Amino acid sequence: MNLLDRFLILDRRWVFLFMALAILIPLLFDFAIPFTPDKAVEAIYEELEKQEPGTRIMVSCDYDPGSKPELQPFSVALFYYIFTHELRPVITCLWPGAPPLVESALLEVFEMLEEEGVELPQRHVDYVHLGYKQGAQFAMLSMGSDMRGTFPLDYDGVSIDSIEVMNGVENLNSFPFFMEISAGGAGTKEWVQTVQGRYDLRMAASCTAVMAPDCIPYLQADQLLGLAGGMKGSADFEKLVYEGTDRVGQATIGMNAQSFGHLVIIIFIILGNIAFFATREKR
Amino acid sequence: MDFAFLESPFVLQLSGWITAVLTLLIFSFLYKDNPFYKFAEHLFVGVSAGYGVVIVWYNVIIPNLWIPTQQGQWYYWIFGVLGVMMLFKLSAKLHWISRWPLAYVVGAFAGIQIIAYGQSDLVTQVRATIQPLWINGDIVGTLSNWLIVFGVVVGILYFFFSKKHTGALGVAAKIGIWFLMISFGASFGYTVMGRISLAIGRFQDLLVFPVISTIALIVIIAVLVVYSIMTRDRAIEE
Repeated sequence: MNLLDRFLILDRRWVFLFMALAILIPLLFDFAIPFTPDKAVEAIYEELEKQEPGTRIMVSCDYDPGSKPELQPFSVALFYYIFTHELRPVITCLWPGAPPLVESALLEVFEMLEEEGVELPQRHVDYVHLGYKQGAQFAMLSMGSDMRGTFPLDYDGVSIDSIEVMNGVENLNSFPFFMEISAGGAGTKEWVQTVQGRYDLRMAASCTAVMAPDCIPYLQADQLLGLAGGMKGSADFEKLVYEGTDRVGQATIGMNAQSFGHLVIIIFIILGNIAFFATREKR
Repeated sequence: MDFAFLESPFVLQLSGWITAVLTLLIFSFLYKDNPFYKFAEHLFVGVSAGYGVVIVWYNVIIPNLWIPTQQGQWYYWIFGVLGVMMLFKLSAKLHWISRWPLAYVVGAFAGIQIIAYGQSDLVTQVRATIQPLWINGDIVGTLSNWLIVFGVVVGILYFFFSKKHTGALGVAAKIGIWFLMISFGASFGYTVMGRISLAIGRFQDLLVFPVISTIALIVIIAVLVVYSIMTRDRAIEE
């Protein structure tokens, strides 16, 4: 049995080991593989740039710890941008695992703002976290017609009527821009299908890489103004938001490992094909 | 309640151990199925279910059922009863009761989704496919629009089964397959990126506690080796 034959029956655990090393080693060293932000991610940034200070932005965080590596860096960069540009986010969650991640992202951003000596935003005045709502598309429709009825209390159990940032908010049309961060259903697809067209929302999305191919048609049809897909999308957004600062986001750090991981897969695919075709006649 | 104790060094170290041990126990499945992996898996399912119940109780039942009924909006109880009726699914004799709330949900969902899907995924998508085939001074845009229109047409032709795929239709259908394959390839590429991202996330969390993770890794490898030796005879018999 020659080397090519051996390669064809290679124990898959060797592939796992190579992948683990390809991911681990780049994370241990401090270097950066350059990359250029995608136009679809730049569109999100440009849409945020259009918002005047004090504007309320709706942010729906529809993900859980399973997709934290891909989407949490986007949330952190988004909240950092929002608070450094004096925008006011109204945060909702349609996934039960999302609220603690939102709190964690906010905490991380507050630490960043503290380091920079920026005045911290006040809860209920500059932002509100409305928490989780069961019901997926029903909850979306309900928000479209009556935001206050859908969320009578916020995440802290405070009545919506006593929250300053919610003054004047009636429904989804009370927001000039809606940012959706999603890991699956209920998420970007459902938001576009259920309410985007019905209420003519200006919305953009950050989604997991698995979802991105399904969401690209919405981008092409202008149903989404911008789209950040997977860890690369989050890294692109971090690059745009943290430009001019010495901050490096978690997704940007992960992109080195991502590149090496892809390289290992490509090498295995090429070697596997060479071995397959070279030994085909013999078999 | 004061949660300051959560930031104590002891709790941080403990969270490091839990992170490292559970992550590595899940990864141990890559070597082979083992009871330690099953323990971590079952723990995850149990904790997720418990967490879900608590979240729904405090974020749905209390604000959307209990508080409105206490404020005199008695008709909310109708939906509460419908919710309770769902639980009869668990009974072998009375499971038929759960069909009523289920019928309500299916009916309402279908009503919402048919219109929504038709508007967003049919009408708007068809409209987005109607592109100008000549853009003055923009050759890339022109080619891109041709590609979209041509790809959609040949892709749909592949799914046209009323005539045998021979001649011109056969050629168009074959090109359609190529477009579909490229689209599946792009989806697969994105999926690979997503899965690697998840692994990166776990490694990043492990590297927050490098010493604990290394000790946990050595211990788990040792335990797996012992387990493999102990079950080797049984595996050979099987």
